[in-house]
Amino acid sequence: MTPTASRSRPALDVQAVRADFPILGEPIHGKPLVYLDNAATTQKPQQVIDRIARFYQHENANVHRGVHLLSERATDAYERARETVRRFLHASDRQEIVFVRGTTEAINLVAHSYGRSGVGAGDEVLVTTMEHHSNIVPWQILCEEKGAHLRVAPMTDEGELRLDELERLITDRTKIVAVVHVSNALGTVNPIDDIVRIAHSRGVPVIVDGAQAVAHMPVDVGALDCDFYTFSGHKIFGPTGIGVLYGKAALLDAMPPFQGGGDMISSVSFERTLYNVLPYKFEAGTPNIGGAIGLAAALEYVEAVGLDKIGAHEDELVTYGTELLSAVPRLRLTGTAAHKAGILAFVFEGVHPHDIGTILDREGVAIRTGHHCCQPLMNRLGVPATARASLALYNTREEIDALARALDKVREVFV
Amino acid sequence: MNLGGSDLQDLYQEVILDHNKRPRNFHAMDDAHKAEGYNPLCGDRVTVYLRVENGRIVDASFQGSGCAISKASASLMTDSVKGKTLEEVEELFARFHAMITRAPDEPIEDLGKLSVLAGVRQFPVRVKCASLPWHTLKSAVDSRDDVVSTE
Repeated sequence: MTPTASRSRPALDVQAVRADFPILGEPIHGKPLVYLDNAATTQKPQQVIDRIARFYQHENANVHRGVHLLSERATDAYERARETVRRFLHASDRQEIVFVRGTTEAINLVAHSYGRSGVGAGDEVLVTTMEHHSNIVPWQILCEEKGAHLRVAPMTDEGELRLDELERLITDRTKIVAVVHVSNALGTVNPIDDIVRIAHSRGVPVIVDGAQAVAHMPVDVGALDCDFYTFSGHKIFGPTGIGVLYGKAALLDAMPPFQGGGDMISSVSFERTLYNVLPYKFEAGTPNIGGAIGLAAALEYVEAVGLDKIGAHEDELVTYGTELLSAVPRLRLTGTAAHKAGILAFVFEGVHPHDIGTILDREGVAIRTGHHCCQPLMNRLGVPATARASLALYNTREEIDALARALDKVREVFV
Repeated sequence: MNLGGSDLQDLYQEVILDHNKRPRNFHAMDDAHKAEGYNPLCGDRVTVYLRVENGRIVDASFQGSGCAISKASASLMTDSVKGKTLEEVEELFARFHAMITRAPDEPIEDLGKLSVLAGVRQFPVRVKCASLPWHTLKSAVDSRDDVVSTE
């Protein structure tokens, strides 16, 4: 399980890390792959691939049910995965860790379950301009159902939240603040501790979309004091279809179940059903057992490399990339907040991002182009779409150079 | 211009780049059939305007924002449908669609100026960019005022 990259060195040994990710050797259109689409999904290290294979080869059975040895092994591995997540998020209790399908499902769970019991007509839900659709639409649906109102905290042109405005928008009717930790389209790192302090001073709970944060910086939900924290496994080198909802036990306990079914009950009769204890109350049906175990392997991998090292490495790349891209004629960076993580987003005068994406792909450079599931943010920026290079621990300066060279090709074609 | 790959050259031919830079018929029209097309994948939006008299398109124009492929396709399309009957346009769309979706190793029909878009075949994710203006035109003919989506 120990990553080859874990040998104690002052800085991150990027070549050792790269050797752990077999897909990075995949040729793309006859060129070396330069994978800069990590905000969409990350690649998987051999350690994660092997762990998932080992589960299906030696441990697979359903959890919390059988008395046979394999079920014991599967249950044990699944619950150890929960403990790994607890440690990773610095949560105080494993009952606060709910396995879900991903960030989207985690937010929907809270909107549905907390929202159903805690939000009424005339109440307000506060989001921000830079939210992903997954942290807008579930709240919109809730507001529509309940006759509540969605409020939006604005940002500056650089892509920084206006905390003064956010504070002003919290009223006696605000029932929850839903905010992204790191913007997937801008890279802005939001000051979650300040936001939580402001919201809590008015007695309002905060849910954090951590999808773009966990792979880039240490997250301590205890220190942040947020009420809910959510993330997806596939954006932190784990498999798709698994994610995490962290919630403070008192809140989760008071919330009605999200989905009904097996595993979430303690007893069922046609007259009355008693729900299971936390976290199982929120895990109806057979969970993604292999996914949770793969996710735990990914978190262990990241812990062994060291999130501080990863963050420092990526910050260096963002600084280098910002310098390099700022020098490209006709290119304008979108998202220039003082505190950013892992994202270089830009527009190119006279060239649609979609065309940039196609030309870069033929150079082996994978980026994302489009609205990044942030249409309200694109409207705020006044662009239909942007091109986005997003980084992970295995990216190098040479790859940023390759991005810049590929952008020269774009200029050759269009200018 | 060395694009390091002939398929990229096929896609971004001079004619396409020219229509992208200087789109023809790029304006709104009053008293015209109109429809809006939208590609949620990339955010492309195109509005197609048509003047139809006695079952024949007498004028066509478009507006919107989009990638080079969708813009060039709309520009070339509005040029090529002028003067054609609605039946002829429908048939042309079918032939155009066949041209941009046929496998790269299969023979394709010569569609005159529209043939410059045949390179899209090698870029499956870009086919929608080229076909969006045509779907929108079809909707404008039917004069449904709703937004057409490529999804």
